[in-house]
Amino acid sequence: MGRNQINEQEVALLLNDVLERYGYDFTDYAPASINRRVNHLYQLDRFPSFAEFRYRIISDSVYALRFVEEITVNVTEMFRDPSFYHALRKEVLPILATYPSIRVWHAGCSTGEEVYSFAILLKEAGLLHKSIIYATDVNASVLEKGRKGIFRLSQMQQYSRNYMEAGGVEDFSSYYTANYEYAKFREELGEKIIFSPHNLVTDGSFNEFQLIICRNVLIYFNKQLQDRVLTLFCESLEQLGFLALGSKETLNFTRVAKKFKQIDSKEKIWRKVNL
Amino acid sequence: MAAPYLIAIGGSAGGLQPVLTLLPELSADLNAAIIIVLHRQNHNASVLPELLAARTSWTVKEAAEKEPLESGTIYIAPADYHLLIETDHTLSLDDSEKVNFSRPSIDVTFSTAAMAYKSHMTAILLSGANADGVDGLMDVNDAGGITAVQDPTTAEVDYMPKQALEQVKIAHILTPQDMATFINSIAKV
Ligand SMILES: C[S@@+](CC[C@H](N)C(=O)[O-])C[C@H]1O[C@@H](n2cnc3c(N)ncnc32)[C@H](O)[C@@H]1O
Repeated sequence: MGRNQINEQEVALLLNDVLERYGYDFTDYAPASINRRVNHLYQLDRFPSFAEFRYRIISDSVYALRFVEEITVNVTEMFRDPSFYHALRKEVLPILATYPSIRVWHAGCSTGEEVYSFAILLKEAGLLHKSIIYATDVNASVLEKGRKGIFRLSQMQQYSRNYMEAGGVEDFSSYYTANYEYAKFREELGEKIIFSPHNLVTDGSFNEFQLIICRNVLIYFNKQLQDRVLTLFCESLEQLGFLALGSKETLNFTRVAKKFKQIDSKEKIWRKVNL
Repeated sequence: MAAPYLIAIGGSAGGLQPVLTLLPELSADLNAAIIIVLHRQNHNASVLPELLAARTSWTVKEAAEKEPLESGTIYIAPADYHLLIETDHTLSLDDSEKVNFSRPSIDVTFSTAAMAYKSHMTAILLSGANADGVDGLMDVNDAGGITAVQDPTTAEVDYMPKQALEQVKIAHILTPQDMATFINSIAKV
């Protein structure tokens, strides 16, 4: 029936074009997912043929950017997996509290829901004033949304439930002002967040952190790329720093496994221990 | 051992019962892997592998990303992620938008499985109240795989198998009692 009109070889061609022309490297992403995205975009933008799709990507840098933004998956929410945030609150923040200043990196932060969630945790622990949070993503348009700190009001009920499940005791709605369909989060939460572009595939380390949070990003990479990015994280963490991954991601069986120890609560949080 | 054949089973409302019926009757020595995608509420998701493991001698586990598909193992799609099959017969997870209001989506698993296993697979669609899985069955058909649906008269909610029968040329219509025998016969060593 041709629901998949572009085959794996053709997708590989496009990814090569995008790499050579524009420097975005998706060639080490897990193929099945990226295949779906590319086919979805091809149908969405109603290209009559693969050749025209390819030509447009090669010749139109604005469209190429759309390609990059559409094939990355940007789904996210606030306090996603509440038990994870609960563990951050109970097991990680008390240790971070002992540092004079706290540096955190959210890699693959998407539109920032996760970052604002964490800023709320810091605020409630009285640590936000001495923290700095770097929030990075390869997709420039999601970063722009993150900077604004404006999310859909219709989501707030769910987020408020998540927040309470994560051990929050304040009135969640005190963190934002509602305006038509949107919720704008309080300025002070955003003040310590620096949103900036960073490509995990091609860009290097830019600081040393006590905590790196990278959730639901590695699942889109193949094993070799996962190993490379985990090595980057390992190098960007201070001794005894923490690394937090998504609920279906693991350090087990990876190149850096020996350098980390999982924290007690069995959440996907590891501590850099060796050497 | 790497699975040379794949059985993919998808279901929604009323889909658990036929799975519970077929599991105890599976032969222990089939040369195939089984993937099960069931729509369900997030909160009771994690108990599913345990529940199913109690019904069969096969290994039952929640599907993990990058895991190679092995014969004699049943993989359950985790809640809130799509489960995709790579052409090298490993598993991938992805948390992209819901498809047919569902994540995991049966279509996503069936369609990617069709690309990976081509004629070396069977897809079975069970009871359910939406049409997730129907497009996937078309892809399985196109790729040369075998398609089957639960007999709608035995389904708790017959919409899903009925939609499949209306839109796709389905090779087999099975009652839950027939399903294990059917699987045993196609995946025999
Ligand atoms: C599914 S979202 C996860 C968002 C958030 N961390 C969460 O778990 O809710 C994945 C994010 O990773 C980003 N991403 C994908 N490839 C990347 C790369 N090479 N470098 C940086 N970010 C990347 C995507 O743009 C997307 O925003």
